Amino acid sequence: MKTPFDHPALRTGGTDLPVLLPAAQRLQQQAERDRLVGGFLPRLTAKHGLWLLAILVLSSGVAAAQSGDARQPAYEVIFKWLPVLLTGFGFNILISFMAMAIGTLVGTSLGLMQISLLLPVRQGSWLVTQFFRNAPWLVLLFYCMFLLPFEFRLGGLVIPFPDWIKATIGLALPVMANVSEIVRGAIASIPSGQWEASESLAFSRRQTLWQIILPQCVKRMLPPWMNLYAILTMATVLASIVGVSEMMTQAGRVLAAEDRPDLLIPIYSFVLLCFFVYCYPIARFTVRLEQRFQVKL
Amino acid sequence: MDMQWLFDWAQELYRETGINLTFIYDSFDRNRLARGFLNSVYISLICLAFSIVIGLVGAWLQGSKLVWTRRVVQGYIQFFRNTPPLVQLYFFYFAIGSLLPTVENRFGFQEPMLDNFTWAVISLSFFAGAFNVEIFRSGIEAVPESTVEAAEALGFNRLQIYIYIVMPLAFRVCLPALNNNLVNLVKTTTLAYAIAVPEMLYMANQIWSDSVNVPEMMTFLLVAYVLLVGVLVMGMHRWERAMRLPGFGQ
Repeated sequence: MKTPFDHPALRTGGTDLPVLLPAAQRLQQQAERDRLVGGFLPRLTAKHGLWLLAILVLSSGVAAAQSGDARQPAYEVIFKWLPVLLTGFGFNILISFMAMAIGTLVGTSLGLMQISLLLPVRQGSWLVTQFFRNAPWLVLLFYCMFLLPFEFRLGGLVIPFPDWIKATIGLALPVMANVSEIVRGAIASIPSGQWEASESLAFSRRQTLWQIILPQCVKRMLPPWMNLYAILTMATVLASIVGVSEMMTQAGRVLAAEDRPDLLIPIYSFVLLCFFVYCYPIARFTVRLEQRFQVKL
Repeated sequence: MDMQWLFDWAQELYRETGINLTFIYDSFDRNRLARGFLNSVYISLICLAFSIVIGLVGAWLQGSKLVWTRRVVQGYIQFFRNTPPLVQLYFFYFAIGSLLPTVENRFGFQEPMLDNFTWAVISLSFFAGAFNVEIFRSGIEAVPESTVEAAEALGFNRLQIYIYIVMPLAFRVCLPALNNNLVNLVKTTTLAYAIAVPEMLYMANQIWSDSVNVPEMMTFLLVAYVLLVGVLVMGMHRWERAMRLPGFGQ
């Protein structure tokens, strides 16, 4: 006979009533993701692009109305300066590419050092990772800008070190630390059964790592790695503070050359639009990857 | 406390090695740097307070029945989430700041109504607040309707439910995300340098411009920030562990 006491909740001591709704889980995952890449992720949708475009068009119209007929309309000014602005944007992308490449290379090895069996290596790499994760990006950028020489002399060979390379190195340092954490987190997320199983199949530690653990990690690392790239791309704007001729600097120079306050909003919204056009596909792709690679338990 | 031995040591260090730690032995530089440090902490604290208020109000407004109220809040969140904070800072200071009327100061000069410090606080508070709105909303959403109903059945009134039932649960859910936000906020205060707010980076810049001791000041700055943020992160982790909801998460 079925009694009310047969209810599974009463047998297991649990309850049907949820203590917390899925929003809590979502928030926790979001917090973990933010923590891993060391910053907030932009959440771009196509609507943002439309808004930016609308602001650009509207403010250009306002600028045209304010300036009267004597001066060039805003879109012509932007078109005239397009090569300058886009060269600046090219610098942004170049810096982000190189910083990401350097940061990933160094960061991956730092992350692998964090799971080393040797205590000093483990602790040392942990310290380096935490140090560069906790330092503000701008301070690291200043550090590299001011303390790296403008050229290296190797015997007779002179290697020039222009400011944008210094900025690249300055941005690569925090990227390195975050990649290191991403690698460590991904390896830690692999169930320990995998290690034990490969050990019982007589794999050496190196073989286990390279043939079993790391191939599984790549899938898990890809979304946070791309998120980090999005954050880095937005952070390349910081290089304008230390005088690299990237897009923000160029936009300021264009404004100074034109000397028309009514162009302020059109030009800056054009800058934002450029960043949006570049970052939006990446953001969409990351979301797709996250859904596809979602860890099933 | 007598710190003379430290000042003597710093001067000795300068004579012996050329490492010029002016911010230890020179009282003017020392005061400047201390003021910069305090300003950084001060900006962080004010922005923290304002951003929490903005977050609470925003989360409350997002639960509004009016569609347009919700849309405005959503637009605000999207704008601040998806643009670089430096651009926001410039936008507030240069674009909106130049539109506001000027006022006459006590010397009879015209000056902007809000100074750069105020703009930095406003801009950073709105930046951090945008994230807080979402955090608080998810936290409140996480508390099940049935829990609130149970509290109602026990005779709690609306305010009591909010204070004794919803908030304690929601706050614990929010804490990790809020801490991320706080740590980020402290790091982001360095951006205020760009509009000449006298915080630590700006003051260090002034000192190295005067005494040409760039490497010393940069190293000090890096170490100071890493210590500041590191202590914060460690304390927050402790707090999070202590406040963790049992049986939730790992």
